[in-house]
Parts: sequence; C-alpha cells; structure tokens
Amino acid sequence: MNGYDEERIAALLRLLPPVPSGWVRAAQELPQARVEIAALVARAEEDAAYRARVVADLEAALEAEGIAPTPSVVAALRTRLEAD
Amino acid sequence: MTDVATDAQLVSRCRSGDQAAWNELVERFSRYVYAISTQAFRLPVQDAEDVFQEVFARVYEHLDRLRSDEAIRPWIGQLTRRLCIDRLRSGSREGPAEADDLELGGIDESLARLDEALTVRAGLDAVGEPCREILDRFFCRDQSYKAIGDALALPAGTIASRISRCLGKLKSELEGRS
Repeated sequence: MNGYDEERIAALLRLLPPVPSGWVRAAQELPQARVEIAALVARAEEDAAYRARVVADLEAALEAEGIAPTPSVVAALRTRLEAD
Repeated sequence: MTDVATDAQLVSRCRSGDQAAWNELVERFSRYVYAISTQAFRLPVQDAEDVFQEVFARVYEHLDRLRSDEAIRPWIGQLTRRLCIDRLRSGSREGPAEADDLELGGIDESLARLDEALTVRAGLDAVGEPCREILDRFFCRDQSYKAIGDALALPAGTIASRISRCLGKLKSELEGRS
C-alpha cells in the first residue's frame, strides 16, 4: 500500500465489516466437530442399525450429537462414512 | 503496540493442535473471506456462508500441505476466490452475474483492495486496545460516538478526538511496516 493518509485508512477499514453472528464460532468449532464425527463414525461401525439411521439423515444424526450440521461438516461426515 | 503472533507462528501452533491458535486464525481471516465472497463476488448470504465454512474446513484439513507458513494469507485468498467461482458456476443461484459473464478485471481490483484492507486490519491488531476497538466500532461497525462511548464507558464528547489519535497511531504503525 502506497501512501497512508487517514482518509484512505478509514476507507480500507470500512471494507472489512464483521462477519454475521455464528459463522466464526462454527468455523472455530471445526476441530472439535472432527473429533465428534470420528466418535460418531466409530459408533456406526459397531452398530449397523445406528449406521443406517445416520446414513438416512446425516443432518439429523449430527444434530442429535450436538454438532451443527453446516455443509462442510455434513460433507466431512459423508466422506468418513463412505471411506469405511 | 501489542505483540501479535505472525501468520507463520499461528499456522505452526495450529499444526500442533492448539485450539486457541485456530480460534485466532479464524478470527484473523474471517472478515477477509467474508468480504471476498460478498463484495468481490457478490454472493448471496447463504452461498457466502457455505463458502466461508468450506474455506475454513479446507484450511483445517490441508494445513499440513502448506509449503510455507507465511503463505497462509495468499492461500486463503486464492482458496476463497476459487470456491466463489465454483459456486457461481454451479448455477444453483439466482443472481446478477453468471460465471461466464464475470468481469474478472473488476474482481481482481476488488481483491487487491481487500488485500490492502487486510494489511490495515493487521496494523489495527498491532496497535492494540483501546484503539482497535474504537476504530473497529466506528469504521467497521458504523457505530455512533454515543454508542461507542456507552459501550466503552467513555464520554461521547471525547470519541472524535480518540478516533483521530488512534488513526494517527495506526498510520504510524502501517508506515513502519512499509
């Protein structure tokens, strides 16, 4: 950046408003969600009926475990289940 | 001035499983990712949220593949750009522009400005409190002098002069980086 006049700094600051509530926290919880997904998948490996319920409705299964079913978390669960 | 971890330090700590470092990394780049999708690519909010979560999911998954810890910032920028374009090309949205109609020159210009804005944001973090919060509330959250004064227990009549002083500090910080 060339030239740091205060007007320009102010204009650049305005370009980065806060992110909507909840988005940041969901991203910050990703590591914990991965751990919980691993536990869910492990249980599904042990229990065929549970696995069938999970596969039938991934979002509901995640919500039942207290995990926010964001698209990336659902995709991660699907990938893990398909890999097994 | 505040002692702020560099991007490389933060990446290194994230790799070792430091949850606080991950929280900080998400916080540091969240506005940048959000602004790219909503300002440069004008994605609707639902698509922007999907891109936002996907960006950080991929960053978390592939942090080990990053060639250089300092490269996290351009990597996140490119990843966000690519996912936004994918989203537009998926054709699953109603919007003003299809991917083939995108004026990429305009988008590149917008991305360059957002990159500058992130540099200023990093300077703001380095300046520390109370300037960081005062400037954030005024310029980024568009709060009035009264709202800022109420939130920070400061006389509203002093907010304008504090903003001016804090801008001066931030200017010095940025000049010291160039």
